[in-house]
Amino acid sequence: MPREVRDVVFVDGVRTPFGKANGGIYANTRADDLVVRCIRELLRRNPQLPPERVDEVAIAATTQIGDQGLTIGRTAALLAGLPKTVPGYAIDRMCAGAMTAVTTVASGIAIGAYDVAIAGGVEHMGHHPMGEGVDPNPRFLAEKIVDPSALVMGATAENLHDRLPHLTKQRADAFGLASQQKTAAAYAAGKLQGDLVTVATRDPETGWGLATADEAPRETTLEKLAGLKTPFRPHGKVTAGNAAGLNDGATSCLLAAEDTARELGLPIAMRLVSYGFVGVEPEVMGVGPIPSTERALRLGGLTIDDIGLFELNEAFAVQVLAFLDHFGIADDDPRVNPWGGAIAVGHPLASSGVRLMTQLARQFAEHPEVRYGLTAMCIGIGMGGTVIWENPNWEGAK
Amino acid sequence: MSEIVTHAKLRLIAVPGLDRPAALITLDNGLDHTKPNTFGPGGLTSLSQAIDEAHAANPSFIAVTGKPYIFCVGADLTGFSAMTSREQVVQIGRLGHATFAKLRESTVPTFAFVNGAAMGGGLEVALHCHYRTLSSGAAALALPEVSLGLIPGWGGSQVLPNLIGIVPAAQVVVQNPLMMNKMLKPQQAAEMGVADVLLEPADFLERSLEWAAGVVNGTVTVNRAEVDRSEMWDAVVGFARGELDKRLHGAVPAASKALDLLLLAKNGVTAEGIETEIQALADLAVTPELRSGLYAFDLVQRRAKRPAGAPDKSLARKITKVGVVGAGLMASQLALLFAKRLEVPVVLTDLDQARVDKGVVYVHAEIDKAVSKGRMSVGTAAKLRGLVSGSVDKSVFADADLVIEAVFEELSVKKAVWAELEQIVKPETVLATNTSSLSVTAMAADLAHPERVVGFHFFNPVAMMPLLEIVRGEATDDATLATAFAVGRQLKKSCVLVKDAPAFVVNRILTRFLGEIWNAVDAGTPLKTADRALDPLGLPMRPMALLALVGPAVAAHVGGTLHGAFPDRFSASPNLAAIAKSGLPLLVDERLNPEVEALLVQGDAPLTGEQVREQALAALAQEIRLMLDEGVVAEAADIDLCMILGAGWPFHLGGITPYLDRAGVSQSVTGRRFA
Repeated sequence: MPREVRDVVFVDGVRTPFGKANGGIYANTRADDLVVRCIRELLRRNPQLPPERVDEVAIAATTQIGDQGLTIGRTAALLAGLPKTVPGYAIDRMCAGAMTAVTTVASGIAIGAYDVAIAGGVEHMGHHPMGEGVDPNPRFLAEKIVDPSALVMGATAENLHDRLPHLTKQRADAFGLASQQKTAAAYAAGKLQGDLVTVATRDPETGWGLATADEAPRETTLEKLAGLKTPFRPHGKVTAGNAAGLNDGATSCLLAAEDTARELGLPIAMRLVSYGFVGVEPEVMGVGPIPSTERALRLGGLTIDDIGLFELNEAFAVQVLAFLDHFGIADDDPRVNPWGGAIAVGHPLASSGVRLMTQLARQFAEHPEVRYGLTAMCIGIGMGGTVIWENPNWEGAK
Repeated sequence: MSEIVTHAKLRLIAVPGLDRPAALITLDNGLDHTKPNTFGPGGLTSLSQAIDEAHAANPSFIAVTGKPYIFCVGADLTGFSAMTSREQVVQIGRLGHATFAKLRESTVPTFAFVNGAAMGGGLEVALHCHYRTLSSGAAALALPEVSLGLIPGWGGSQVLPNLIGIVPAAQVVVQNPLMMNKMLKPQQAAEMGVADVLLEPADFLERSLEWAAGVVNGTVTVNRAEVDRSEMWDAVVGFARGELDKRLHGAVPAASKALDLLLLAKNGVTAEGIETEIQALADLAVTPELRSGLYAFDLVQRRAKRPAGAPDKSLARKITKVGVVGAGLMASQLALLFAKRLEVPVVLTDLDQARVDKGVVYVHAEIDKAVSKGRMSVGTAAKLRGLVSGSVDKSVFADADLVIEAVFEELSVKKAVWAELEQIVKPETVLATNTSSLSVTAMAADLAHPERVVGFHFFNPVAMMPLLEIVRGEATDDATLATAFAVGRQLKKSCVLVKDAPAFVVNRILTRFLGEIWNAVDAGTPLKTADRALDPLGLPMRPMALLALVGPAVAAHVGGTLHGAFPDRFSASPNLAAIAKSGLPLLVDERLNPEVEALLVQGDAPLTGEQVREQALAALAQEIRLMLDEGVVAEAADIDLCMILGAGWPFHLGGITPYLDRAGVSQSVTGRRFA
């Protein structure tokens, strides 16, 4: 049966404020409640969308047990009060979980399997520390399928510094500081608040509170950053100041076929151009976004020069610098992470992909001169993921 | 017992849309939802301090909310019961008022975010706030004080009518507490105006804070219906008083005090109204009706859940299939109840296929009815239909673990049923008899395994009535009895262990009591005088109405059993027999049927109403004392529990023995009190 591929649009996205993983604002809040809150807020912000028109709910989590288990896409849909007819599933590609949820349901929309879908992610790294319950196959090491450092993300970042020695610790620290400063400026200018849903947080000792802002951002200086410990290697380069922390948080977004969005009167914030996922050597997983971006550009018929805005996940400063270095982009290029990134706000693994998209969507609205933007991130066990988006506000179209 | 303090935990939080932080106070006693928040002196003081601290922080608004599932369920009754002087009650009344007034009179907007169950003082604290949000998931809302013998004493009687108007306020404060303590569902409460907005539980607190911010910054407008303060207010209170007198004849002082207070509230929330409320609370707190109410509350809340004399639970056998002998109305109701609660196959048998089919059809029809009323899901209905079957062949009982019979009330018939069944069932299969007056011991006498026979005395209608009298025969063993209690609990009944004595508890007491009424009628007392003689007690219905409900024929049958056992005390009234035989309805349009009155053959020694009452109460005291001496139940408390749950006797009498004690009847008739 011949059929057309449909255009897929990003309608709207929200996230919880990101908390610190250990003893942070969400210490007593369930992971599923975080993502449920996002889904409900999406529906509330888009009352034109009849809930029964949601055809799929794909929710990512890296550790799919406990309050992130039980096929979280389905259970979150039920807990959010979506009709029981709306299906859901759980999805995992570690840090790119939410990004993969987006590309997977988007592909379904493109071929006509769905009209509207919700994609998102959640990671409560306080309840589920990295590596909880993993049981790596002994063959990985016995047969040298991966380097022993491949499963420790910080160690892979140190490896990247080794291979690209011109990406010095000073450059990484400077990038980390800039991330904090850009985030602070964005907060002060009210750029980030619109994406956030408040979360009621209960502390048995002190009572109910309300999370309204990211917990991780901090004021710092290059001097302070220079003095931080290097937990992954003695005299190493990766520190808490030039890497994302351990965080709790959730995201969700609404995707639709463009024709359905127009039928329902849903806003069109971004249009999907292409996406790519590519594997790299696991011990330098941070380079992943380079080949995945090349692939997405090729599939979209674009070059890096066509991209006017970049939302890159800052798992580690060195890994973003490697990307910029490869494409000949300056460390402080204003097109890159204009409102800061994960080093400041945090990186609750499987949830981060949608945060990049939500922020890119808001920047698109502010930058009608930009036609294309991209969201990219590195992924554990050696992968990169990139999604390229078109700005529907692009003034060149008029 | 020391107070489990519900702490008021204050946090200053940033809320989007407001420049200054909001003060959020969480009520939390540190325990899970099975131990709800309550207010004693410590809790009130904690709240009072939290409100002061909140004010000191100059917040944009102050809000009070609860712990998960529970807002607050009101005054700490344990502490209240322990109060010995009127002055103590005045003090706690003033402390509550002073604390809650800080919310009502605050210059900063105050909100209650009613996230869960809110009762009594818990609902009152919310009423004192300027605005209220309510979770549609809250279990219930109520001002149940009148049911115990109190009034809402922390402003409920004054603030509520001024918020929602007199008609719904009278319903919440007076009418509902006296109707088996009916509670409000959140939807209903919101419609009445108790809350300004109803929000879903999934993000209740977030939405409440957002709504409150909107009220404060002017983006949300709160619309409330104007309260009608015309003479209608007085008329409603007057009408309610009339209805109450018809039913309770002044037996519940709290109800009439509550109406006085509601009338006073017409002028708004005034210092006079508040002071009157505090004094009324203190007056009622020292009444015997309140002591009885608290005693009764404790019985149904606690004793009913831990039956006295029940053997160790671990002895109970597992029930995987139930047999019901008989397929008549009672048997069919039992089949449905067992299937619904035990979720195991239930099989009905009867003499012929037509009767069996009729029984199964009845069960299916009841299931359909429940589905169409939205009280049962389609899935549960399908499961229950599959569980209930019928057969004329009793061999279907071979693998049943419990068989209950509901055949004709005749010892020889029941004995024959058991004798036949014993050839079919396993030796340890529990044989339960649903008898209202026959001897369980006699029924089991000729069986090879009499130790597995137990009495299950249900009350009509079996689905609704909460009491189950579990009768231990002389041979009944602990495993059988433990199984019976486990089953009773699964059936969600309050079980009371009863010795195998004629008519057990409720029927024996009601029969003795009605017998005195008939004695008076037989002697020449006008039926109407006798019928109204007990009015001052405020029983749920008059004797003739009770008799009409039970049916004169059933009453005559039970009466016959008791007359046979205790001919001195249980007379067989010829007038009752004549009425039963006539088949005439006792009441027509809720009035005594003149045709029935015409049937009476009476003596020439009429009694006054007061004399009838004295005799009836004396008879009750005597009978209960004899029952306790015979060991029919473990304690007088079990008698009261049975009368409250099985006959609907009221809290203000404490069932019955506290009343007999305080009226001096037990002392003068039996030479001692029950407690």
